[in-house]
Amino acid sequence: MSFPYLTTIIFLPVAGAILIAFVPGLQDRVIRRIAAIFTFVPLALSIFLFAIFDKSAGAVGVFQFEEMVSWIPAINAHYHLGVDGLSLPLVVLMTFLGFLVVLISWKINLRVREYFAWLLLLETSILGVFCSLDLLLFFVFWEIEVIPMYFLISIWGSGRKEYSAIKYVVYTLFGSAMMLAGILSLYFTTGSLSMVELAQGGLAMIQSIMPATPIFFLLLIGFAVKLPVVPLHTWLPDAHTDAPTAGSVVLAGALIKMGGYGMIRVCVSIFPQVAHQYAPLLVAFAVISVLYGAAVTLRQTDLKRLIAYSSISHMGYVLLGVFALSQVSLTGAALQMFSHGLITGLLFAMAGLVMHNAEERDLRQLGGLARQMPIIAVVFSIAGLGSLGLPTTSGFAAEFITFVGCFSSTAVAGIRVYTILAVFGIVITAGYILWMLQRVFFGPVLEKFNRVKDADNLEKGYMFAFVAVIMLVGIYPAILTDVIKLGILPIMGLLGG
Amino acid sequence: MNLGLFIPELSLVTFAIAVVLLDLFIQRKGWLVVVSIAGLAVSAGFSIAMWGGSSQAIFNNMLAVDNFALFFKLLFLGIAALVILASTDYVSKFARFQGEYYALVLLSTLGMMLMAATVELISIYIALELTSISLYILVGFLKDSKSSEASLKYLLLGAVASAVLLFGMALVFGFTGKTQLGEIAQAIQAMSPQTVLASPGLILGMVLLVAGFGFKIAAVPFHMWVPDVYEGAPTPITAYLSVASKAAGFAIILRVFYSAFGLPQWLSLDWGLIFAVLSAIGMTLGNIVAIPQTNIKRMLGYSSIAQAGYLMVGLAVVGFSPAADIVGRSSLLFFLVAYALTNLGAFIAIIAISNKLNSDLIDDYSGMGKRAPLLALALTLCLISLTGIPPAAGFMAKFYIFSGAVNHGLLWLVIIAVINSVISAYYYLRVVKVMWLGEPVSAEKVPSSGALRVALSLSCLGVLLLGIVPGLMMRLAEIAAKMFVF
Repeated sequence: MSFPYLTTIIFLPVAGAILIAFVPGLQDRVIRRIAAIFTFVPLALSIFLFAIFDKSAGAVGVFQFEEMVSWIPAINAHYHLGVDGLSLPLVVLMTFLGFLVVLISWKINLRVREYFAWLLLLETSILGVFCSLDLLLFFVFWEIEVIPMYFLISIWGSGRKEYSAIKYVVYTLFGSAMMLAGILSLYFTTGSLSMVELAQGGLAMIQSIMPATPIFFLLLIGFAVKLPVVPLHTWLPDAHTDAPTAGSVVLAGALIKMGGYGMIRVCVSIFPQVAHQYAPLLVAFAVISVLYGAAVTLRQTDLKRLIAYSSISHMGYVLLGVFALSQVSLTGAALQMFSHGLITGLLFAMAGLVMHNAEERDLRQLGGLARQMPIIAVVFSIAGLGSLGLPTTSGFAAEFITFVGCFSSTAVAGIRVYTILAVFGIVITAGYILWMLQRVFFGPVLEKFNRVKDADNLEKGYMFAFVAVIMLVGIYPAILTDVIKLGILPIMGLLGG
Repeated sequence: MNLGLFIPELSLVTFAIAVVLLDLFIQRKGWLVVVSIAGLAVSAGFSIAMWGGSSQAIFNNMLAVDNFALFFKLLFLGIAALVILASTDYVSKFARFQGEYYALVLLSTLGMMLMAATVELISIYIALELTSISLYILVGFLKDSKSSEASLKYLLLGAVASAVLLFGMALVFGFTGKTQLGEIAQAIQAMSPQTVLASPGLILGMVLLVAGFGFKIAAVPFHMWVPDVYEGAPTPITAYLSVASKAAGFAIILRVFYSAFGLPQWLSLDWGLIFAVLSAIGMTLGNIVAIPQTNIKRMLGYSSIAQAGYLMVGLAVVGFSPAADIVGRSSLLFFLVAYALTNLGAFIAIIAISNKLNSDLIDDYSGMGKRAPLLALALTLCLISLTGIPPAAGFMAKFYIFSGAVNHGLLWLVIIAVINSVISAYYYLRVVKVMWLGEPVSAEKVPSSGALRVALSLSCLGVLLLGIVPGLMMRLAEIAAKMFVF
């Protein structure tokens, strides 16, 4: 057996968390360094995996770096890990964000030990979701994430943090309760928990105990809460707004991608026929999410809340791409998840800096900060332009591919109308992003912000990393799409297209 | 006589008497703990030695010695050992009757061991009473007004439940002419369905048995005693009641309903449905009423009513599945072990905290994360496990028990149960919130004795092990679930 790369990547952060939590007498300085080391190594490893990942045509539909050990024989559950073209970019994204949020959190000095322990545990759980190929294992990792996030929001957050934290927990648990019922039903109709077997066997394995449609929807609700899809989205603005900066970055950057990933990996791959049958309905929900999310964003006056609502709109594109069910649209959706993770991650990081340095996040009170914080202004603008899909940023590549894929899809009736409607989302996005940038950075210079500082070297460092990757994917999207394609092609095979 | 197969019980009763006598002569009461633990260990040793052997019946088919009984005996012995370890601080404050305390814990354990093994109605009743009477005294041990009230309430309601149970047994006996469970089963199977349906005797008897045993496991609507008794009893006894007494109740229900009423299928579907309905009501009521509680022992009382509801999902599965299918029984056994470890862990942490605070109010737990980080962490883990969030044992237990339910057409019950789990997150996490987010009332640390720490570490370790690598315990539960029917 080869070196267990994925296990190492997944469990290094939690090893760091245990070290931080239980070794007595560690100084805060040391704790930060430990956290940085235990997140940097997984990042380096995942980039290494990306480099040696077999991208040849022979690798279509093959899970690489697979690990499989029997876990619970009584219910035929396995410790089964593996990545394909769909999950590998998300693993890279999470390890990337995982390392950067440690840097972003460098200035946290409240209960440092607990903070980094929870943050690292969170990273393990999300990585586990992206690498699991066994439904029970997938669900276990999916659930573990709730507790660290609860603490991160409720202790280190701001505003109505305790309310937001418990709301987050209740929504998530509701979604996962439905998902658990779905997984159990799936297990008993097919006798298997393996995502690979289930996808290959398709509906042929399903016996008559339960029809596939209710199972599909039980699972879909779980993922839709997380993505989120309107009307299950109301936890998101609260949680994103009141979380600490690092929490928001992880939430928006990687955590909600679990929903989109689950939809492709479980709902579409295992139930291609049902997905095909109900695609028009779900595409309609996608358009509602895009337009409603964007419209609500327009009237936000809180910097973080504005960015949070924009996520709902942008995740609508993912839902649209997934259920347009064409090869290009699914590729676009996967790319949009990666790109949104970076861009919104950067937006939240920048919003956090503005908040931290200017001690204000109400858009009506902010203004003219480009003069006091020119570097932050430039980077924030780049992130904003990425969000509205300016060419050369990853946002453009992702949204363009999604729209082209949807428009040309033959799988869903009336998709062209829906796509055209969704494109209007971009127009609204341009409206609120530019308005936000204008309110924060331009306009008359305000006296009260004269002492506000710009980014320091550490902050410049991680900003540069974000911008570099956004530009790289924007200019040369094939670096990702070639990999993603390997994961999408087998799904197209299942859909019969 | 097969006294050799009765050795675990005999050795335990010997040690119980030894503890009472020893109490008269020694000054250093610490030895009582040592002797009690030794008694439990010896009895457990004998039980382990018998594990895996062939099933036998002793004393004219009154007691069964099978893996099912041994599984429960070991469970009770383990619980009793943890409770005794956790009691040391608490009991050392008593001026008198320390020996009686430990002896009564051992005797009620003996009663529960017999409950798991009996296969005959009269001896079931005697075993039940041996357990109950010891517990009535233990509940009143503090002799303050709340504890006495709790004890009296428990005694009176317990007596009513016993009467109902006896009446049920009488009806079943009147209908079949037998008291031995296997013979009852044969008598019922020999009758035609019309005979059984023509007279309400058997069904009424079964319903009364459900009511009588329902009292033991705190199933709604026989749960009225739970919050008051849990609040008034000494905390270690509350812990003991909430896990051991409940497990014993489930053991006896499984034994009676599976052995005596397991066949024909239409009969088992009947009682399966009763348990399914009780389960749905129990978990919903328990969880909703737990939300406004301010006293942590009362809250855990309602939580235990809800947990009994989840456990009854397992009973419903046993009723709905064919007799050869063991998933219902083995998942119930697994859930009981997971629940015992989790609830004990939670109560042990509470014992340590309330020793210092002299209060059980949730608000007084404020800032416990700073005052006693390890205790608070352990309590957090146990509460997460009770909610059913991985990687704790509670998740695996729920997954296992619900999987059986989905397989036998009880998806509606599973959906009620998972929604209930979401509701329960609200009040379990409220305690977590108070401990980690609240400001400490004082900066004083919360001390805990070595024995208590050992007990707490053991239960938390168990919770994590069962949550991450449940395979071995599931295997044991499957072996135990192949119950012997005479």
